[in-house]
Amino acid sequence: MSKIHVSAVVNGEPIEYLCDPAHTLLDVLRDQLGLTGSKEGCGSGDCGACSVTIDGRLTCACLVLGAEVDGMSIGTIEGLAQGDQLHPLQKKFVEMAALQCGVCTPGVLVAAKALLDRNPDPSETEVRYWLAGNLCRCTGYDKIIRAVLDVAADMKETAR
Amino acid sequence: MSARQFKVVGTRPNRPDGADKVTGRARFGADWNMPGQLTGRVLRSPHAHAVIESIDVSRAAALPGVKAVVTAADFGEQENRIVPAGEMQVNLRDVTRNVMAREKALYHGHAVAAVAATSDAIARDALKLIDVRYRVLPHVIDVDDAMKPDAPILHDHIRTEGVEPRPTVASNVAKRIDFAKGDVGKGFAAAEVTIERRFRTAPVHQGYIEPHACLASAAEDGQVQLWTTTQGHFQVRGFCSRLLGIETSQIRVMAAEIGGGFGGKTVVYLEPLAIRLSQKAGKPVKMVMTREEVFRASGPTSGSVMRVKLGATRDGRIVAADATFAFQAGAFPGSPVGPASMCSFACYDLDNIKVEGFDVVSNRPKVAAYRAPGAPISAWAVESTIDELAQELGIDPIDLRLRNAAREGTKTHYGPVFNRIGLVECLEAAKASAHYRSPLKPGAARGVAAGFWFNVGADSSAAAHVGEDGTVTVISGNPDIGGSRAALAMMAAEELGIPYDKVRPIIADTASIGFNFVTGGSRVTFANGLAIINSVREVIGECKRRAAKLWEVEPDAVVWENGEVKPASTNVGTFEPLSLAKLAASAGKTGGPINGHSQINAQGAGPGFGVHVVDVEVDKETGIVTILRYTSVQDVGTAIHPSYVEGQMQGGAAQGIGWALNEEYIYDRNGKLDNAGFLDYRMPVASDLPMIETIMVEVPNPTHPYGVRGVGEVPIVPPMAAIGSAIARATGVRMRDLPMSPPRLSAALDAASPRLAAE
Repeated sequence: MSKIHVSAVVNGEPIEYLCDPAHTLLDVLRDQLGLTGSKEGCGSGDCGACSVTIDGRLTCACLVLGAEVDGMSIGTIEGLAQGDQLHPLQKKFVEMAALQCGVCTPGVLVAAKALLDRNPDPSETEVRYWLAGNLCRCTGYDKIIRAVLDVAADMKETAR
Repeated sequence: MSARQFKVVGTRPNRPDGADKVTGRARFGADWNMPGQLTGRVLRSPHAHAVIESIDVSRAAALPGVKAVVTAADFGEQENRIVPAGEMQVNLRDVTRNVMAREKALYHGHAVAAVAATSDAIARDALKLIDVRYRVLPHVIDVDDAMKPDAPILHDHIRTEGVEPRPTVASNVAKRIDFAKGDVGKGFAAAEVTIERRFRTAPVHQGYIEPHACLASAAEDGQVQLWTTTQGHFQVRGFCSRLLGIETSQIRVMAAEIGGGFGGKTVVYLEPLAIRLSQKAGKPVKMVMTREEVFRASGPTSGSVMRVKLGATRDGRIVAADATFAFQAGAFPGSPVGPASMCSFACYDLDNIKVEGFDVVSNRPKVAAYRAPGAPISAWAVESTIDELAQELGIDPIDLRLRNAAREGTKTHYGPVFNRIGLVECLEAAKASAHYRSPLKPGAARGVAAGFWFNVGADSSAAAHVGEDGTVTVISGNPDIGGSRAALAMMAAEELGIPYDKVRPIIADTASIGFNFVTGGSRVTFANGLAIINSVREVIGECKRRAAKLWEVEPDAVVWENGEVKPASTNVGTFEPLSLAKLAASAGKTGGPINGHSQINAQGAGPGFGVHVVDVEVDKETGIVTILRYTSVQDVGTAIHPSYVEGQMQGGAAQGIGWALNEEYIYDRNGKLDNAGFLDYRMPVASDLPMIETIMVEVPNPTHPYGVRGVGEVPIVPPMAAIGSAIARATGVRMRDLPMSPPRLSAALDAASPRLAAE
């Protein structure tokens, strides 16, 4: 089967690629575009390690075909920091030890940012349910949840 | 050990690999690529137990794009005896058969052949063209079935070890072990209360989020480079050297960042296949398991059948303890029944103990280490029975444990006498905790359990290099699985008396530092820490010699203080202190670069103890258990980086909660794994858990200069029994089989009150 031409925006940059019709967006990101920050933990949408945003909506990149995102805007972990400035979530995760092995961390951060973008003042329960699609086997989630809540509190403080 | 004042130890600096890990820059196993690489894929047995009559790979090999195919014929036979491989004691006959089935496929998912092709799609197509003729045999999954005299036999050569006279017929029971202290017969005769209970656990997977992955490049001159996700790249080198007949110096293994392991990444699966495929194809080969393969063919830990009998006096002194543990080893011998038997009663100072263990093979994947291997399983049985004893005697469960607790000087039933340990301190801290003293929510109940793990030391090499500006690189050889780099850099900074950010820790490959045993046994911060401290002390000694040379004084006339060499007293003369930066700048003139090295077999890892307290609520209609509050108390020696110590205590508890409430391998009647995915193998998600409170009790390990004890494994030992005891106290129904999943718990509740169920 011939490859499909796709034009999309990835982390703000216009990009074009030829896509094998069987390849997922995750395959394209990792193997064609060199964006290996998104991880494949399951390939079935259960672990969230490949979380990206497509036109602002949180999605598992392993559940979307690379050919499906023509004309769309993709956000990955590689687009979270601005220049040499880490996103407040990234900074807080390091400061509060909200990661151990770090393999789920890119997906967790992308998901947490998507949460704060739509709900800047979530409750602990809201954070826990929003991140329920992101498996972490190391931390027991405690420090992850605290870090997200802390960033939300900081944002509220700054907004004042 | 006197209480020491630390400057860096005990603080919470940012980890050195933090920025890489929050930006996606860190390279894990599947993130390594080479030009011209091929994709390797494994064909796996669809049967639980079958003779492999023939394998024809000719059609697969002829498929355009396929560059190599391997089967067991590509791996040499190995002797049936225990040999060292990367300083682990293994039976290579079994290891080579686990990575690639030979005469028989022994479990659903057992590797049978592998291919390397120019694309993943071609590799997958090629697998379908491999013709394997199987003769399906009867299979056996569960441990009690496997022990029956008429059970299907997995290995014709296995005669049960540890029984007299030596059996003459083959058995699935590979080994019988026992431990004894005192006289249990006499003990039970003195008992006023005796409780005997039976328990079962299901096998559970380590559940690391990163699947096994590696990239092998074998060159025409025989040199091999391998990037892999592993807890021990030196072990990978050792295994591959033995299995493939390649000298260790010809294999260089680079440890990728590791996406979780919990014991499951201490053995090899893909690596020997990738190297052999790369040798045959003449190109680099990358292999990555799917999640289904991870479940079907790696890990898990044992399922078990257990019996525990306790005898006690009315005032709560346990006078006799007797247990039998039968563990599934999977397809080859080697379950953790040994450590399980040793850990079982290690929390208690008892006069009379008898423990018997059985290592049993069955048609499941060969078990791999999982966090405190075996200890959580035997603790489920022992700690649950102790809680029942506490109920029977009407004694607070913490008080009952305090009355029988192991302390310094206690002789264990497996031999050693405990040095300074912190179980009593943990029990007291749990009892005094805000959680334990808080009133229970109506309908909720509270459970308590204790846990023990040995912790290990073992072989470690490290180096410290002083750069020309006086900053320091510390080099170790253990993959950092949860923040150990930070702890190592902190200890180096502490010892040198310089700021943490002047020390950069790196993890070297197998060619760039001496041998290191696996990241396991909670050993890295303890043992590598010792090697790092020794290396840094060499640097300090060298700095003192250099300063003495510059000042033309005796080496013992100078001292090291706060990162500088100073004259020991005014009698020595008046000299400006020399900092590391100044000494490094003049190093060329005083004797060359300033480095330190250390190679040790670290002894004296301090044993660890933990006590967990949990409040649960049970929905009696659905059997769903909600964890309302959880506190993990642990003797952590000295917490070098407290945040990462807390992280271990929280993560271990969460894994234990999954083990208690949901996780299990489910097989169908044909011996096929039915739930090889995260949807059906349900690990805890964020919305399942509350915050996990931690209480770090610091009882320094007297054999480590900073008092370090391993902390990573203890926290998975108590959770199951703590939760089971809370459920028993909430419902009046004591669960003795894991997991206490909603269907099982609701069935047990219905059985206990049939009238309610009938309504």
